[in-house]
Amino acid sequence: MTISASFKKKLKYFDLDISFACNNENTMVMIGPSGGGKTTIIRMLAGLDKPDEGQVIFDNEIWFDSSRRINISPQKRRLGYVFQDYNLFPHLNLFDNAAFAAADKKEVEALFDLFKIDHLRKRKPHMVSGGERQRCAICQALARHPRLLLLDEPFSALDVVTRRELREELKKLKNTLSCPIIYVTHDINEALFLADEILPVVEGKNDDNWLQRTITREPGAGGAKGAREPRLALVY
Amino acid sequence: MDYLALYITLKLALVTTAFLLILAAPVAYFLAFTRFWGKSFVEALIYLPMALPPTVMGFYLIIIMGPKGWLGGIWGALTGGSLLFTFLGITIASIVYSIPFAVQPMKAAFLKIDRRLLENAYILGLSKRAAFFRVIIPNSVSGIVASAVLVFLHSIGAFGVLLMVGGSIPGVTRVASIAIYEAVEMMNYEAAGLIALSFIPISYFFLILINKLHEVSFR
Repeated sequence: MTISASFKKKLKYFDLDISFACNNENTMVMIGPSGGGKTTIIRMLAGLDKPDEGQVIFDNEIWFDSSRRINISPQKRRLGYVFQDYNLFPHLNLFDNAAFAAADKKEVEALFDLFKIDHLRKRKPHMVSGGERQRCAICQALARHPRLLLLDEPFSALDVVTRRELREELKKLKNTLSCPIIYVTHDINEALFLADEILPVVEGKNDDNWLQRTITREPGAGGAKGAREPRLALVY
Repeated sequence: MDYLALYITLKLALVTTAFLLILAAPVAYFLAFTRFWGKSFVEALIYLPMALPPTVMGFYLIIIMGPKGWLGGIWGALTGGSLLFTFLGITIASIVYSIPFAVQPMKAAFLKIDRRLLENAYILGLSKRAAFFRVIIPNSVSGIVASAVLVFLHSIGAFGVLLMVGGSIPGVTRVASIAIYEAVEMMNYEAAGLIALSFIPISYFFLILINKLHEVSFR
């Protein structure tokens, strides 16, 4: 399974123009400063936003092609999408949330065991911690048997300790999954820890030198802000 | 005491509430989730019954539902009967009269739902229709109940519209508010007082219910 995409879209402050591919069992981490178009790219992959031009091809299946006017709805793309903190439906308990689109309820139980939230299955989302909510959100996405897993800063609303725990759980999990994973973050440590490939995105374009500039703290556009984050993260 | 009038009032209010909940839900969804040119004009038109004097509403309903009106004409051709001075006639009048009170709280509740929840539902494979029943409705319960209570209270209080469209036929179109008015006209203060008194606990109970719902939804 391979996902390949190329997008062009006019945004408010810059024009997004990027293409990339991600192979089976690979984790691609999209990294870059905030407001650089990462979430827009993920939303276009999911079918929630429409590019002005471009295509998305999953294996031999065309999800989007502007020249041929093909645009498969998000419902039919069968992917998993974990947001920062908005996945869970407030009226359902954690188990029903995870089982919302599950192929098999038994698998949800196995996932709950794996993520150690089985004792919370009857709780509503507002009654558990942020980390537990995100664990459940991952279960919800996985229970649908996604062909592609999109994670958009899934742990950035969490405290540092929980974030690290979940990061490690995810790293273990990714070896057992057989779908491409695209992970968005602005945290360099997280990127280096999880990535098989890194795709730096700056102002809607692929900028391979960004990582280099940021790590070496070379003075330059956007470098200073990016440099402070990994240094802070090293404290923990 | 005129139990029959009270019975007609409650029957009318219940039928109106049941119909309006089903009718208003798609209208509120349409107003909350779609954007199109001239939407504010359509919305104002839907809320117009709230702003018009009941007698003006009643007048136009008589015109529409009368034998020469389009609705009355169709009904007459189908059944041979009249809509005016029937229970069906006052039910239609009551529904039109209460539309704004059903649509507004529902629309407000729908607007409060985070769009990202709906996007997640679509990603998880739900059609828009399925998302409406599995995500929007269960997360708007307090707004829907508020609609129901407001419509119910508004319908038991209707007077001018019903009098114009339905007149005062005992057991058919004479509702409690009209019965009170007629009793007072005939200087029968005891009868009027008894019916009037029976309204107080009903209205009071529903107001408490609304307050409770607000507490629940803002918790």
